[in-house]
Amino acid sequence: MENWEPKIATFLCNWCSYGAADLAGVSRFQYPPNFRIIRLPCSARVSPKFVLSAFRHGADGVWISGCHPGDCHYLEGNYYARRKFALLKGLLEHIGLEAGRLHFSWISSAEATKFVDVANRVAKEVEAMGPARFFIKSRAEVA
Amino acid sequence: MLKYTEKIVETAKRLLAEEKVDVFIGYQKGTVPMMNEPLLVNHPDKADTLYWDNFCGLNLCNYLTKRTDKIGIIANGCNSRNMATHIIENQIKRDQLYIVGIPCEGMIDHRAVVRAVKNREILNIVQEGSTFVVKGKDFEETFEKQKFLQSNCAVCRHRNPVLYDEMLGDPLEEQTDVNPYGDIEKIEEMDSEKKQGFFQRLISRCIRCYACRNSCPLCYCPTCFVDESEPQWVGKSIDPTDTLTFHFLRAYHCAGRCTDCGACERVCPMGISMRQFTKKLNKDTEELFSWEAGLDPEKRPPLDVYRPDDYNDFIK
Repeated sequence: MENWEPKIATFLCNWCSYGAADLAGVSRFQYPPNFRIIRLPCSARVSPKFVLSAFRHGADGVWISGCHPGDCHYLEGNYYARRKFALLKGLLEHIGLEAGRLHFSWISSAEATKFVDVANRVAKEVEAMGPARFFIKSRAEVA
Repeated sequence: MLKYTEKIVETAKRLLAEEKVDVFIGYQKGTVPMMNEPLLVNHPDKADTLYWDNFCGLNLCNYLTKRTDKIGIIANGCNSRNMATHIIENQIKRDQLYIVGIPCEGMIDHRAVVRAVKNREILNIVQEGSTFVVKGKDFEETFEKQKFLQSNCAVCRHRNPVLYDEMLGDPLEEQTDVNPYGDIEKIEEMDSEKKQGFFQRLISRCIRCYACRNSCPLCYCPTCFVDESEPQWVGKSIDPTDTLTFHFLRAYHCAGRCTDCGACERVCPMGISMRQFTKKLNKDTEELFSWEAGLDPEKRPPLDVYRPDDYNDFIK
């Protein structure tokens, strides 16, 4: 456990946060290497199944990031997503997920600095929680 | 409550005879006490077995989807709200329905009755006013209905139907001094470890029979997420994680739609209180989006609309 590093499943909207991650890289900004980035067409593409599946397969944290409200490429996708996420986070934390494991943010494609800042905060919070035990299967997964 | 039986039979006969409806959906007495069954009647002569008492806890809206004929149906508060939800979701048209409203005093929790008579076999139950008499082979005990209500009925705030074409009785006074979310608030105060323990214990008896899903009028998808195999989102074993995933997603699918009718809990063979999941979502939708399911068939549901100034505090 000494060299344990958290794995954070990261769902990024193609039109903004993914661009911000790209810009952060091109700009040679440093941010923690714990993120496993999954590119999506919109934050509204995220289904609760994705989040549960990530935790079930051993992610220590999940971070979902999309465009600022009003800036959605599809005009209103993130508004719908926000309502889904509010209920998702509420119910997940109600059944026992620790408060520091599931993160959401709005980051535009120009906000590479915000991306790095949020990435640092998310990594720090998830690291502080230690390895995830909740939602991990106790028995081996049988396909 | 019993007085409604006659009125229901009378109404069903009239509606079927006048050909106002092609089928009438109600309840009949079950083969064992406390287990009233749904009944679909298509001829006035068959309407005599229709029945109503405080054990009509199943939700009749399960039988509405995919029907194209005219339907007469009994509705108490929660069932009528499910009809409104069905109308919102285009599962049935309002003009297909002839809703016979019944003000509902709440359903009796059959498990509580069995516990009260110490698991002895119950042969018959007779309801009289606010009490009911439980008869067995060598015992007879009288109980007060009010103390044996299902937990969702005890805190019900919509006892009268919200939609109806005809009412069979005078509307009841709604309960306003109840807190429907008392038990949820207690869980919210726990830390995450305690919450995990609470929910693990809660679902530990689950045998994944999906009775809760099948009894729920909201579950009408052609392919349920638990039956999907490519990709398979939910494991099929009774590993606690798989079971929790199932209950979580089942509840989440009911977000903003659940009317807390209690059918899921009533049918659970293991007596699991899965309303602890759905009620949290009901509480959140009410607090965040000022929404209670099924009160108005004209209004769009909370996850189908948005406001630019929605709750945003949890997002960085």
